[in-house]
Amino acid sequence: MTDEASPDNKQPESTPPPAPTPKPAPASPAPAPQAQEEQVEKEPELPKLVVDVCATIGELKPYASESDTPAVEVAPADLVKSLTTLRDNPDFAFSMLMDHTAIDRIDDGQFELVYRLYSISTLSMLLVSTKIPRDNPVIPTVCEVWDIAEWQEREVYDLFGVLYDNHPDLRRVFLEDDWKGFPLRKDYEDDFMLTLDVDKLR
Amino acid sequence: MAVKVSTLDERIKLTDSADSPLDTQEYFINMGPQHPATHGVLRLMLKLDGETVREVIPVLGYIHRGIEKIGEHSTYRQFVHLTDRCDYLSAMMNNWAVSLMVEKALKVELNDRIEYIRTIMAELERIQSHMLWWGVLGMDLGAFTPFLYGFRDRELITDIFEETIGCRLTMNYIQPGGVMDDIHPNFVDRVKKVIEYAKPKIDEYEELLSGNVIIQERLRNVGVLSADKATSLGVTGPVLRASGVPLDLRRVAPYGVYDKVNFEVAVGSVGDCWDRYWVRIEEIRQSMSMIEQLIDNIPAGKTMLMKPAKKTVLPEGSHYAQLETARGILGIYAVSDGVSDKPVRIHMRSPNYNNVWSADEMTRDSRIGDLVANVSSIDIVVPDIDR
Repeated sequence: MTDEASPDNKQPESTPPPAPTPKPAPASPAPAPQAQEEQVEKEPELPKLVVDVCATIGELKPYASESDTPAVEVAPADLVKSLTTLRDNPDFAFSMLMDHTAIDRIDDGQFELVYRLYSISTLSMLLVSTKIPRDNPVIPTVCEVWDIAEWQEREVYDLFGVLYDNHPDLRRVFLEDDWKGFPLRKDYEDDFMLTLDVDKLR
Repeated sequence: MAVKVSTLDERIKLTDSADSPLDTQEYFINMGPQHPATHGVLRLMLKLDGETVREVIPVLGYIHRGIEKIGEHSTYRQFVHLTDRCDYLSAMMNNWAVSLMVEKALKVELNDRIEYIRTIMAELERIQSHMLWWGVLGMDLGAFTPFLYGFRDRELITDIFEETIGCRLTMNYIQPGGVMDDIHPNFVDRVKKVIEYAKPKIDEYEELLSGNVIIQERLRNVGVLSADKATSLGVTGPVLRASGVPLDLRRVAPYGVYDKVNFEVAVGSVGDCWDRYWVRIEEIRQSMSMIEQLIDNIPAGKTMLMKPAKKTVLPEGSHYAQLETARGILGIYAVSDGVSDKPVRIHMRSPNYNNVWSADEMTRDSRIGDLVANVSSIDIVVPDIDR
């Protein structure tokens, strides 16, 4: 198993800076480390898997935020199609949906939905992210692609209120059916919540 | 809203009226939440046709504590303490997953002593978890003796934990940057003694239960889960390996010192309850062998490399680490804003939550008795499902 094939798919840190030459060039000591630093910063940005995936599937773009897993972004409309290709393409073979969850980006007015795909044959992991507006959180379901999506999506619906279009059985999974609100939203409030006023304690 | 949201009542009504043959009538019945064979407060809605189970609908949430919400208001070091309360039989492995995530994000290099202690502790915990499962499986299938045997032997391992850690169930032992405290001076000797004692006991287990005709009849070719279906259902751990998929993170993506020990990954071929039984029994043996290889070679060194009092701020972005608990892959996903020492979002990819849904696939069109065997062979821990 090579480094690229590890589930985290971390690119190996770029090659160590070359050892200083026996006779240093006094003219340019400053630019050389800078160039190396740039290289160090640039290289982990695009792991091989992300490059491959984006080249094969046009709808995918490299993930804009920081992530320790190779990550791509996709528009909600292209989600099901791209995920199906990622599962069926023998080069990637993401046969498992390891995890699916949401992040409440309340400042941007968006929910970020992340799908963590895992390939048992290549042992690589890919994060697929898509963003939907907070005021109309509707996204097509991926139940057809992986069976477990049905229940992972139910969990996200239960806690975030994301509505999955075409879901066969969209209902609460942990909370009662008549529960008001979605607890993992950042603006969720109810009567039972404990609020700690730190300033008052001081 | 265009998207239709349903309720449990609707779900039951909808499928009930869908088919009504003339001679028999299908009906729904509750199994649990207080049923001895559902291992805690798990409620299963069974759609029955006589004694044949047509559908299993797990109804969850009886001990949902909102651990992910609490996690958003606690630091990473505090969150470690919450993970014990999820899968309490893999408590230290849960601690380890959070620690692994934090250490990976902060690029903390651990010394060998910490890695050895963690690995030994995790394997001890895996053994006691599987011992308890073995006893409970016996009891679910109508044999009371295995339950006593399993608890009797598990007790010796929890005694070891108690001596070093001070706790028997919720340990909080593995922390970001190391382990809470050094191992007790007696630790090495006691572990060796327990392994020596438990090795023949596993053979005794096999004599007691494995060869039993009733157990064989109850487990063989019951609840078959094919490899493709298991993968698509996101099942991990012994359940997936019993279906013939050799996915064990200890082997394919070693953490701790799993790359320094020799062990074999037990893989089934049929994917029935018997394979799941056999895989776990074999895993106990492999874990014992791993501990034997490690216990004499614990190197010297510090046991905590990060200052506990220091504020731990992860770099901005998302971080993920996963490892193999006794029940499957546990992943910790944290999103940090790079400023606060609390995560913006922390999520547990719980092995039990993903495994429990395979009960329906396993049980369809078989008997209630088989459902008990199936649920028992998945080996679920309900607090980890509900979180």
